[in-house]
Amino acid sequence: MSAMSVTSASASASSPVSTSASASERPTTAEPGQGESAQALRPHAEHAFAAELTALAAQDDRPRPARWKLSPWAVATYLLGGTLPDGTVITPKYVGPRRIVEVAVTTLATDRALLLLGVPGTAKTWVSEHLAAAVSGDSTLLVQGTAGTPEEAIRYGWNYAQLLAHGPSRDALVPSPVMRAMAEGMTARVEELTRIPADVQDSLITILSEKTLPVPELGQEVQAVRGFNLIATANDRDRGVNDLSSALRRRFNTVVLPLPASADAEVDIVTRRVEQIGRSLDLPAVPDGIEEIHRVVTVFRELRDGITADGRTKVKSPSGTLSTAEAISVVTNGLALSAHFGDGVLRPADVAAGILGAVVRDPAADRVVWQEYLETVVREREGWTDFYRACREVSA
Amino acid sequence: MNDTRWPQAYASGPLLLGVRHHGPGSARAVRGALDAARPAVVLVEGPPEADALIPLAADPGLRPPVALLAHAVDEPGRSAFWPFADFSPEWVAIRWALEHGVPAHFIDLPAAHTLAREKGEQDPGAKREGEVRGDPLAVLAEAAGHDDPERWWEDIVEHRGPGERDPFVPFAALADAMGALRERYDAGGHGRDLFREAHMRLRLRAARKEFGEQVAVVCGAWHVPALREKTTVAADRALLKGLAKVRTDLTWVPWTHRRLARSSGYGAGIASPGWYGHLFHAPDRPVERWLTKVARLLREEDRIVSSAHVIEAVRLAETLAALRGRPLPGLGETTDAVRAVMGDGSDVPLALVHDRLVVGDVLGEVPESAPAVPLQRDLARQQRALRLKPAALERELELDLRGDTDAGRSRLLHRLRLLGVGWGEPARSRGSTGTFRETWRLRWEPELSVRVAEAGVWGTTVLGAAQARAEADATAACALADVTALAERCLLAGLPNALPVVMRVLADRAALDTDVGHLAQALPALVRSLRYGDVRGTDTGALAGVAMGLAERVFVGLPPACAALDRDAADEMRGHVDAVHSAVGLLTETRAGAVAGGAAAAGSGPFGAGPGGGLRDRWRAVLRALSSRDSVPGVLRGRAVRLLLDDGALRSEEAARLMGLALSPGTAPADAAAWIEGFVGGGGGLLLVHDERLLALVDGWLRGVSGEAFTDVLPLLRRTFAAYEPGVRRTLGELVRRGPADRAAGRAAHGAVTPGFAAEPDTGRADAVLPVLRLLLGLDDDSDMRDDNILAGVGV
Repeated sequence: MSAMSVTSASASASSPVSTSASASERPTTAEPGQGESAQALRPHAEHAFAAELTALAAQDDRPRPARWKLSPWAVATYLLGGTLPDGTVITPKYVGPRRIVEVAVTTLATDRALLLLGVPGTAKTWVSEHLAAAVSGDSTLLVQGTAGTPEEAIRYGWNYAQLLAHGPSRDALVPSPVMRAMAEGMTARVEELTRIPADVQDSLITILSEKTLPVPELGQEVQAVRGFNLIATANDRDRGVNDLSSALRRRFNTVVLPLPASADAEVDIVTRRVEQIGRSLDLPAVPDGIEEIHRVVTVFRELRDGITADGRTKVKSPSGTLSTAEAISVVTNGLALSAHFGDGVLRPADVAAGILGAVVRDPAADRVVWQEYLETVVREREGWTDFYRACREVSA
Repeated sequence: MNDTRWPQAYASGPLLLGVRHHGPGSARAVRGALDAARPAVVLVEGPPEADALIPLAADPGLRPPVALLAHAVDEPGRSAFWPFADFSPEWVAIRWALEHGVPAHFIDLPAAHTLAREKGEQDPGAKREGEVRGDPLAVLAEAAGHDDPERWWEDIVEHRGPGERDPFVPFAALADAMGALRERYDAGGHGRDLFREAHMRLRLRAARKEFGEQVAVVCGAWHVPALREKTTVAADRALLKGLAKVRTDLTWVPWTHRRLARSSGYGAGIASPGWYGHLFHAPDRPVERWLTKVARLLREEDRIVSSAHVIEAVRLAETLAALRGRPLPGLGETTDAVRAVMGDGSDVPLALVHDRLVVGDVLGEVPESAPAVPLQRDLARQQRALRLKPAALERELELDLRGDTDAGRSRLLHRLRLLGVGWGEPARSRGSTGTFRETWRLRWEPELSVRVAEAGVWGTTVLGAAQARAEADATAACALADVTALAERCLLAGLPNALPVVMRVLADRAALDTDVGHLAQALPALVRSLRYGDVRGTDTGALAGVAMGLAERVFVGLPPACAALDRDAADEMRGHVDAVHSAVGLLTETRAGAVAGGAAAAGSGPFGAGPGGGLRDRWRAVLRALSSRDSVPGVLRGRAVRLLLDDGALRSEEAARLMGLALSPGTAPADAAAWIEGFVGGGGGLLLVHDERLLALVDGWLRGVSGEAFTDVLPLLRRTFAAYEPGVRRTLGELVRRGPADRAAGRAAHGAVTPGFAAEPDTGRADAVLPVLRLLLGLDDDSDMRDDNILAGVGV
């Protein structure tokens, strides 16, 4: 999902847009030809859920912070789901603790920057996109953090043809999404903040503390107007790659997105996502895989949490993250296997190899962990004999 | 203070101050109301037997949190606690009375009746909590449109700051609300409340008779309407007539914030005593002060938290409160703010904050003048029952555990040792090594009484205290071996109820300990206690389960752990392998015995042949894997082969093949010498004496070792062979001196038989031994076939 967003963000960033341009003039989609968001492979949140946002805005009578499209209460409702007084149903965008969404929304309302942390596959990008869509009505002001992200991506760049022809001027300046967000009082997003080199990260410090972006070449500065804020996401498995300096860290309120709290919730998420993905890939429908899905989720949870579901036995955790997203991919994979090569029913053997691949990331240490888990937990469990056999077969 | 308020305070009879137990807002309100009303007597919900103990509350040595402890005189285990923190409204009322020289009395149902009730409802703390926690508050909160009754109560009552307001209004409003509630949800569910309230009314009437109208009552909000009710003295008396009674004793005991917290066993029903204490003591700006406190704590723990963090945290907490529609940030909002701003979203610093501040480490104190703790009494009672007098003179005590009294004494001494009361020290038994005999060295020193008093925090009886202590120790223990040792002590002390906790900790530690050495160390002790438990008839099902799990983990982890070890580590590992080997043998036996005894074969999985057999087979597979893996040091490979050979799991030809492999020229001499040490080291020389083939292999290898390498392997070989008994050494020397040629010649002469034996069995002489052998083996005559087989085995 982030790949799409990058294209659109960079495309819009490369078109020289004056920072004083009003929001209505600014192209919200990448190419005019792609205009109809319904036809896009993946429409932006503000388009996909435009109806809900409109309904919320219409019903919202609470005070809104400057340039917010909705009040904080409405933003929280948009993310958590609910039913409006007129009967409009708001679908939940984020399934998880209410507290997290409340803290995130409150942080944005107190003009502190928000840092969403979490292991891969915990919906960080998803939450940040929907927050930006609900708060500013625009989730496209995005900087994708990579090891090669330059300072221009966060501050501003130059249109060199203009620069050479007419010298430095506001017209030759190519504003970054962050700069545009500052000028217009919108929400900017930075994805994978910890992948960005440390010196580039630090250019955010002035922006976040002084709320201003100097342009020394022009002897000007861009001051953030009220409503500007920034949502960053970072992967806490990557800690230490380009760790945030404490000066930068201090500018953020941190919210950690947890893995699903209960097995049932996770099975629910996995089943739903597997169905969606399977449909979009035109996989043949496989009936009744719920038992194996449940099994995959259980194995992932137990290894991840280091304790069995009944809370009786502790197990070691392997080095992989074993996120819900990986569980989804194991199941999709197993479905494809059973549909094309198996008897059309999701069997233990179809998921065993996938599980092994997900669990054993480090051949030496993880293999011991996996074998110990197989021998002490799986072997003893009632009704898991087939699964045990299948795992033994692929592990041997 | 304001005298004009008096008529208002007592306008509707006595001043009834309904509170929530341990509510700081309630406490603050009570203090304000008492200051304004200046009653002539203060009545407090609590056991009236404790009236005599009230003056102690003025003693500077008595510092809350403390609890009133009531226990039955002849059964200290039957006890009840009334905890007080300094922010408890009841405590505030008592202190107010003492400071103003006004009498204070407890008016609840006497503890004599409370304790006489059936055992299932011993804990009045829970009962007290039940009154407010249950329906009434939830219903009130629901009526106000809140889903969380606790939070609602906090918003409207506990978070009320100090201020110039009419001190009586909240109480009146609360009383009305409770009255309305009681009308709908009558006290039907709270059968005991009828008695308690009747008693309260009686005491209230007596107080009014004595002191007039100026009476203030501090009690749970739920009871207020009942106290206002107009009933007749006779009716109340009749209700209380004939209630069961026991003789009780009361005293003050020190209490802790941790025990006030809901999470710990006794649970007076508040989750955050530290937070409440803060709310009570903070003169103003509670949120700012609280977050500053948190920042200071985190700074002490070397976390960088600046004033800017505090400012942002306060802002976030206040905005969150606004978003959630609360008048003031509560604990939830401040916690969320601390997590997001100061803690980088992590729960680790939060756990620290919760532990140190939200709950807090406050420990109460009780002056020496308070009556003795019940643990002391229970100990004295047991000492009498077991005829074991404490004496300052050291003496030795021999116990025969087969007798009831002696077994009881042993258990008592072991329990006291667990509690840190070192009255007896176990000494080595003289003469006998039987497990049914124990020797103790006893000496009672005066400071042991202090220890007993200290141990009083763990419980009211020796049994209960030892159990609580063992559970706490298990949770706190760091090393796996400590926990196994504790399990052993629990068995010795007869604390089967503490075992589940110890076992759970043990299983957890075992699962998380990545060092196979630790696991291997823990296993033998565990298997020992398993067998010992069997001897004592303790139920050791859980123990066996953990032991099996531990063994499995060792099996899986051992082969990788044996790779790439240096010499010292390899030697240490050899010790572990030996220990696990004997433990597995013992475990197999024990399990087999248990299964034969009728217990379910719980351990046998889908692939386990039998409970014990499977275990042993898997262990052999592990040994086989060890013996054939090149990365495993020689000493371990040799040891593994030897163990397999001794077990009969490896044919001697196969052993010879492996030995030949290990001693082949391709192997480094040092490694080969280590293999030999592992194989025949530690008194295994007889094998070489009797198996010529193996000796020839060693001999041949040694002759092939080059001159330089020989100096290297010499110390190792010396260490191996020096450990043999002199006789074995001499025989070996003679065999070697005779030389391989000689031996070959000898073998030819003897028809290829072992030296010392004839070529053919001498059946006549063998038959002569049979009767004695039968006697020794306890075999019957009709099992001739077996005898023959055994003899055949011996003959070859």
